Amino acid sequence: MSEAILEVRDLSKHFPMGKSGWRNSQQTWLKAVDGVSFDLHRGQTLGLVGESGCGKSTCARTIVGLYPPTSGSIRFEGNDLGSLSARGWAPYRRKIQMIFQDPFASLDPRQTVGSILTEPMAIHKLGKPRERRLRSMQLLEAVGLNPRHLYRYPHEFSGGQRQRIGIARALALEPEVIICDEPVSALDVSIQAQVINLLGELQERFNLAYLFIAHDLAVVRHICQRVAVMYLGRVVEVADRDTLFANPSHPYTRSLLSAVPDVDPEVESVRQRIVLRGDVPSPLTPPSGCTFHPRCPEREQVPGDRCSVEVPLLQGSGSGDQQRTCHLDT
Amino acid sequence: MALLDVNDLRVRFETHHGTVRAVDGVSFSLDEGETLGLVGESGSGKSVTNLGIMGLVPSPPGVVEAGHVLLEGRDLVQMSDAQLRSVRGNEVSMIFQDPMTSLNPLLTVERQLTEVLELHRNMTRAEARRAAAKGLDEVGIPEPERRLEQYPHELSGGMRQRVMIAMGLLCEPKLLLADEPTTALDVTIQAQILELMKDLQERRGTAIILVTHDLGVVAGMADRVHVMYAGRLVETGPIGSLFKDPRHPYTRGLLQSVPRLTGDPDVPLSSIPGQPPDLAALPPGCSFAPRCSFVQPTCELDRPDLARLPSDEARSSACFENENLPAKADQ
Ligand SMILES: Nc1ncnc2c1ncn2[C@@H]1O[C@H](COP(=O)(O)OP(=O)(O)OP(=O)(O)O)[C@@H](O)[C@H]1O
Ligand SMILES: Nc1ncnc2c1ncn2[C@@H]1O[C@H](COP(=O)(O)OP(=O)(O)OP(=O)(O)O)[C@@H](O)[C@H]1O
Ligand code: SF4
Ligand code: SF4
Ligand SMILES: [Mg+2]
Ligand SMILES: [Mg+2]
Repeated sequence: MSEAILEVRDLSKHFPMGKSGWRNSQQTWLKAVDGVSFDLHRGQTLGLVGESGCGKSTCARTIVGLYPPTSGSIRFEGNDLGSLSARGWAPYRRKIQMIFQDPFASLDPRQTVGSILTEPMAIHKLGKPRERRLRSMQLLEAVGLNPRHLYRYPHEFSGGQRQRIGIARALALEPEVIICDEPVSALDVSIQAQVINLLGELQERFNLAYLFIAHDLAVVRHICQRVAVMYLGRVVEVADRDTLFANPSHPYTRSLLSAVPDVDPEVESVRQRIVLRGDVPSPLTPPSGCTFHPRCPEREQVPGDRCSVEVPLLQGSGSGDQQRTCHLDT
Repeated sequence: MALLDVNDLRVRFETHHGTVRAVDGVSFSLDEGETLGLVGESGSGKSVTNLGIMGLVPSPPGVVEAGHVLLEGRDLVQMSDAQLRSVRGNEVSMIFQDPMTSLNPLLTVERQLTEVLELHRNMTRAEARRAAAKGLDEVGIPEPERRLEQYPHELSGGMRQRVMIAMGLLCEPKLLLADEPTTALDVTIQAQILELMKDLQERRGTAIILVTHDLGVVAGMADRVHVMYAGRLVETGPIGSLFKDPRHPYTRGLLQSVPRLTGDPDVPLSSIPGQPPDLAALPPGCSFAPRCSFVQPTCELDRPDLARLPSDEARSSACFENENLPAKADQ
């Protein structure tokens, strides 16, 4: 495997919440990301999947420097980014780009599409004004938008069209790493296919690395070489794509895969979904031991109350470099 | 009588680059308890169709030149703003595609949810708060009491979307317009939300228009499907037969683009070649012609109307070549 361009070690991001306890003396914390580690390799895509609210976007935003980490390290080509000030970040801004989950909130409504795309190029002194304009038209075309729409404002576009503006913006600076937070979830499947194929081509051409957050597992399977599954702020399973989809080894991953809807109404009507019992736990008061234990359908197979007492560590399970956090026998 | 009857709805936007015909003559009706899936190209007018029904098209630049939108026989297009507001809070509700522009960033989740209830349901503040907490709980948000105190930016993308959904369901509407309600949600929570919608439908006979690009969700939820392209309906019909044997070339291309867990992940996904049309400069003939692999010379001259299929009365398609297409999509 090629060298790691981004190394994330034991990354945590905790948000302060209201006070509680005796005379409100207790500061409580929401542990959105709680000890996440992974490597991202040049030319590769790592998928990050997991339930809504499990900390994927927070992880992404911390990596690109939008939130300071509570602890842990983020190394880009060996340099620790987590400890950098805003100014120290400047040289890396261009190399690590992000496609945001919420396209509406991430585009300035007063800027035309043209200036949204050319401004970052101007800041980083890429090309002459004419070249920048030309390049932004090429970018629009590449993401399936009409190049003539350069002078329109974000509100004149539909949801999916705005998402593509965000993708074009991330590509404008020719980055080395792109953190993609649900980049295709607002697109119809045909344009989604176009954008996924485009991301694939660009990856090959420029040896780009992607961290690809998505909840559509069929999409993840198409674009990622490796996949990490998060649950309540932690990675519970990581494996190469084929292993994960053929032999998911964490009970949570298994339930996730069983719930993927299919386009064939006949398949849909006979599908056996593993329904998780119990409420989604809150990151404000995570369960003890294995945080998945209140909902785990396979917990009975672990003797005693080990699941609710002992925190399982991320370790090898089964074939190759598949890892999971679970007390079940492998 | 149908619950909702939309006839020749047209919405255009007057912009300085010309007239954008976002919705160009859409007609359909919907019965009580029915679910209609609305799918189609990004930018084809799905959201604007819903905004048109709700009387929420931003104006200017939007202009609604509707035939009519009848809800139980009353024309929403003719109603005064005050009448419309009351209909929106009680009988019809909409889950918007974008939570961040429809939630107020300065108000807590509690205020956003309780305002409607206090206004339309005459609840006291405490009652409304309890109802709001229950609503959040039902959409799978843990510790709802504490989440009520938070602001939208403190929630995850999927939680914001679920706050929107809770808001849309609180008034138990007769008609629910759900615009991409589950795009930001993982499959498990998505399943829970869809159950919740079905449950409301069973209890109240709610009719649902479900806009989504997730054809798997449509397959599991909808009774009928409408496929939109460039502001028009290009194919309609019952879910089973339409997905099994799509008759319009655009619908075929769309269904073939779906990535599936059973597909070969190393083959590039199939997509529809070419660019989506510019709604400010539509060609005179069939809007899909520049991208259609079945195109004939006549297609570029005239625009095909949505017409019943001779082979199946329940289905319609807007294509000159319907009868000449190969029998089944070669998927
Ligand atoms: N305020 C506006 N001003 C000008 N044009 C607009 C405006 N709102 C929408 N449009 C245009 O109207 C068309 C239809 O938009 P709409 O939002 O209905 O698309 P959609 O089918 O919902 O797409 P998506 O799946 O991407 O959400 C788009 O081409 C869009 O560019
Ligand atoms: N700025 C913030 N302040 C306080 N809490 C936050 C903030 N941002 C995120 N959180 C909390 O952190 C947790 C994880 O949120 P995050 O947005 O990372 O989830 P996610 O995995 O991206 O979910 P989704 O799939 O719904 O987008 C949530 O409980 C959320 O409420
Ligand atoms: S450790 Fe126990 S509760 Fe956790 S996933 Fe494994 S079996 Fe289930
Ligand atoms: S009318 Fe002609 S161009 Fe349009 S979809 Fe049918 S075959 Fe294709
Ligand atoms: Mg997120
Ligand atoms: Mg839309």
